[in-house]
Amino acid sequence: MNIAWSLLQARRKQSIIAAVGVTFGITMFIALLSFMTGLNKMLDGLILNRTPHVRIYKEITTNPNQPIKNWFTSQNSYHFIESIKASNSRSEILKSQEILNSLAHDGRVLGYSRKVSSPAFFNLGTIDIAGFLNGIDVKEEVKFYKFSDYVTTGNPIDIKNVPNSIILGKPLAEKLLADLGDIIQLTTSQGDRFQLKVVGYYQSGIADFDKTQSFASVATAQKLLGRGPDYITDIQVKLKSIEMAPIIALEFQKKFQTNAIDIQRANAQFETGTKVRNIISYAVGVTLLIVAGFGIYNILNMMIYEKMDTIAILKATGFSGTDVKSIFIIISLSIGVAGCFAGLFLGFLFTLFISTVPFNTEALPTIKTYPVSFNPFFYFIAFCFSLITTFFAGWFPANKASNIDPVEIIRGK
Amino acid sequence: MTETVLKCEEITKYFYDPIEVKVLDKVSFEITRGEFISLVGKSGCGKSTLLYILSTMDRDYQGNLYIDKQLMGPKTGAELAQVRNEKIGFVFQFHYLLNEFTVLKNVMLPALKLKKYSEEEIEARAIKKLEVLGIRDLALRNAGQISGGQKQRVAIARALINDPLIIMGDEPTGNLDLKNSQIVFDIFKQLTEELNQTLLIVTHDMSFAERTHRIIEMEDGRIIRS
Repeated sequence: MNIAWSLLQARRKQSIIAAVGVTFGITMFIALLSFMTGLNKMLDGLILNRTPHVRIYKEITTNPNQPIKNWFTSQNSYHFIESIKASNSRSEILKSQEILNSLAHDGRVLGYSRKVSSPAFFNLGTIDIAGFLNGIDVKEEVKFYKFSDYVTTGNPIDIKNVPNSIILGKPLAEKLLADLGDIIQLTTSQGDRFQLKVVGYYQSGIADFDKTQSFASVATAQKLLGRGPDYITDIQVKLKSIEMAPIIALEFQKKFQTNAIDIQRANAQFETGTKVRNIISYAVGVTLLIVAGFGIYNILNMMIYEKMDTIAILKATGFSGTDVKSIFIIISLSIGVAGCFAGLFLGFLFTLFISTVPFNTEALPTIKTYPVSFNPFFYFIAFCFSLITTFFAGWFPANKASNIDPVEIIRGK
Repeated sequence: MTETVLKCEEITKYFYDPIEVKVLDKVSFEITRGEFISLVGKSGCGKSTLLYILSTMDRDYQGNLYIDKQLMGPKTGAELAQVRNEKIGFVFQFHYLLNEFTVLKNVMLPALKLKKYSEEEIEARAIKKLEVLGIRDLALRNAGQISGGQKQRVAIARALINDPLIIMGDEPTGNLDLKNSQIVFDIFKQLTEELNQTLLIVTHDMSFAERTHRIIEMEDGRIIRS
């Protein structure tokens, strides 16, 4: 309505200031959320990228069917003897080949990779450093778990192509004084010694993890452990949809009679962290918008006091309270919408800027600039929030304006 | 053929602040089409109060008010606004133009609200009204930039735009010098003689009142002459 427009024009400076308030709120909201989410995603990615959606493995547990329990089923008795220990159980997955075949034909499975993990000792002179040797399907690891992102030096595919080769965690390699191409000595848990060629360094950003890890091909690991090609300790399954993981994990557990854990259960703490960070950033963003809303409220209030005469005359010439109210709400909303669009745009520019700021840290080798998420959902949320806050910021003064009694103002002169 | 435009029956009103005062006491009269009436009386006799009740802006009263044979009492705020928009034109002591708009826009405003005609038609009609009042050349000026007498004429044009049943004025000449008062009076006279326009003007300017067709005189909330 052009009355609203004219009033805006008349108070141009204040209107612009109010709009700038909204713009600022929205800009910060977008920037904050994008930045926070970017960081969250990166931090989660540190763990989640390398975590299979479903991991099938064999847990070493004591036998749940202890014979003594079967003998004394009475409620009144206690038994103190646990007879069958886990000593004899095997650490590999039974019938692994069968499971792999079944996974290959499962439509919900995007891909899978085998893994052989075993403790190992890296020999440094007379000292043994405890660590883990992971035999991996390097091609699948690169494809599904971005393994190559974490191999900072060397080519990951070399562990498959170069016989008896290994990739060491970078801190571990530093400790062993092992350069690329050097030969290191490793003792398996069975006590056998092997010599392996270092073809690369691995760095995940989690220092303690890197200190103990090393990677070789599945075949190398099987050879080291003196096992056949069926010996597999983990199968990592990547699903087409991550939400399905808990159900599928349960299904696998039953079907293959082994253990299976889904990503949600394995990494519950990361979910929680993400949630809390999200809540904080939303809270800050909403607060900024509410502050901007108060700005609009103030300006409209002042405008109404100044324009009492105008309101009175509008009412006297036949504009109803509702008309007056809608005029002021339109003013408020147009301030809000203008400020909002400017804010969305500035917020986008700001996040673009953040995403180009260099961010180099030892711990995160793959990150070169600040991580930022450009999720359109944030823009949508920001837009809705700004509309809601400006609507209410306009609603209350508008209500007041609509209740002004023209007689009082006209007589008051 | 006389047609009743406005009729009030036993209108009584109290002011409660600071103490209970009876401002209007059973005021009853009728206005027929084409009358030029002045409502006179001393300050505080209730004439402005009565005018605001008649204009439907003040709803806090007892008694019955009929405008165009419709009872106003039970109507809602929005309906009364509609009545004001359509049937009543208002001229105040202080011009009360919207300074943000041009003269033309000010005149057009009530008609834009009524939406009886298209915007082009309204503009044409507004220009015609300004012509009648001899201020056609001011149409595109900003309302804040014209003189007091001119403003009052613009306000009259605005009151006329929807061809109201009755024009009410609250001391429309009270703030004007003699010359401009004369001009405004002549305009009123012209309206009632040429267009058969009904006018109800509150004034305390006796020389103004004596030249109208009918004088309603009030004292202490009562009509003493009508």
